[in-house]
Amino acid sequence: MTRQGSASDRRPEPVPVASPPGMQVRFELNGSQVELDVAASDVVIDLLRDRLDLTGTKSGCGIGVCGLCTILLDGLPASSCLLLAPMLDGRRVTTIEGLGADGRLDPVQAAFAEEQGFQCGICTPGQVLTASALLAVDPEPDEHRIRDWMAGNLCRCTGYASIVRSIQSAARALTDNPTLPETGAPEPGP
Amino acid sequence: MSLEFVRPGSIEEAIAILERGGDDAKVVAGGTAVVIMLKEGFIAPNLLVDVSRISTMRGIHDDGDGLRIGAATTIHEVLTSPVVRARFPELVSMLGRVATIRIRSRITLGGNLAHGDSRLDPAAFLPALDAEVRLVGPGGERWLPVADLFVDELTTAIQPAELLVEIRIPDPGSTSRVTYRKLVGQTQDDYGVVNVAARIDLEGETCRDARIVLGAVASTPIRVPEAEALLRDARPSADLIDQAADLARAAADPVDDLRGTAAYKADMIVVEVRRALTALAGDLAGPPPASGAGGAGR
Repeated sequence: MTRQGSASDRRPEPVPVASPPGMQVRFELNGSQVELDVAASDVVIDLLRDRLDLTGTKSGCGIGVCGLCTILLDGLPASSCLLLAPMLDGRRVTTIEGLGADGRLDPVQAAFAEEQGFQCGICTPGQVLTASALLAVDPEPDEHRIRDWMAGNLCRCTGYASIVRSIQSAARALTDNPTLPETGAPEPGP
Repeated sequence: MSLEFVRPGSIEEAIAILERGGDDAKVVAGGTAVVIMLKEGFIAPNLLVDVSRISTMRGIHDDGDGLRIGAATTIHEVLTSPVVRARFPELVSMLGRVATIRIRSRITLGGNLAHGDSRLDPAAFLPALDAEVRLVGPGGERWLPVADLFVDELTTAIQPAELLVEIRIPDPGSTSRVTYRKLVGQTQDDYGVVNVAARIDLEGETCRDARIVLGAVASTPIRVPEAEALLRDARPSADLIDQAADLARAAADPVDDLRGTAAYKADMIVVEVRRALTALAGDLAGPPPASGAGGAGR
């Protein structure tokens, strides 16, 4: 972003702000409206895990590289380690806890289990959410598209082949029985 | 120190806030670069000015002579836009090389440029298309070529309280061929070791104009005017392309880092510029027509 240079030798006047340092954010979280008092510097991964007790989202590199902390923001994958709490205001957030219902796995989760798409499991929430977002915008992705979307979701166990297979299996299951979870992004507009 | 976060509703309001905030205010959109810099202690603003939802800074339209893209439009929105896909396939494929879907879904085209990092893909690509940015500040607005936006590492020509609001990409025209190459050493989503954007405008077998821009090998993206001049009004033969690639290498100033030594990067500049220009020149870069072929043509 812009470096603000050195032009203001004069002391800046106090900045009027719309919200005090403790501010309120409202957003949809896994289908429910939530309203929280946050500090502007609160990082979303910490908010999810420490305040909301949603520990399915894992914490990894902290700089957006590893994919462990992936959530869906308005249906698209985002690194929750690079989001500040105010950025959620008015948005729709899905964490891994938002998939499945009544104790049943959703089709993408089931496919990961059937195809052995995970071993230790720490990257799995991010993998499953990213795959769900992909299948919502492209129900029949080819392998190249799958690998492109899944890039940056690091897995040190599986070697990725079983993850790709899981997603292909989920795509088939969803195409045969289209009950997509309500996580998807709207189709891109013009 | 407490951090405050404001979300102005208009460009004018954002500029007024930036003007009052001075050095303590920082523009934020997707947040990727800003949050990393905050975490690393590289910046310590007390006010974040979120411009990502200013409606006049969002969206894409075709103005007949090119594309106008609101600075707060995300990379994902640009590369999935039917207008962009129809008009600028090379822009789409370049943007597809940016990081990962998690990052592309958040970051904005304007923020990507305003960050001032020569390693970022649009930083090298857009100057090759003669793209410009519109900057609005307290004193009014101005247009600046993207090539002139970059001043030094993480330093741009954007003035205090000025806001990058729009990017304009002129239609390169039917005689233009454009390509972007990004050499990655480790993973697909990494920064490039060497980024190369190239364009040649052909009239028959003659190159009428050219752009060669390198990214990630100097403190700013750099054009190579010597190589462009060499190609201008010439047939882009294999020999000429080799010379242009050597000039590109001479213009760059790469550094040793975890993506390679300076010497390795310099060698890769030659390879990538040659590959880019060879792809653009197509048959012209093949062996010249045999002498005495009697003008049979190709």
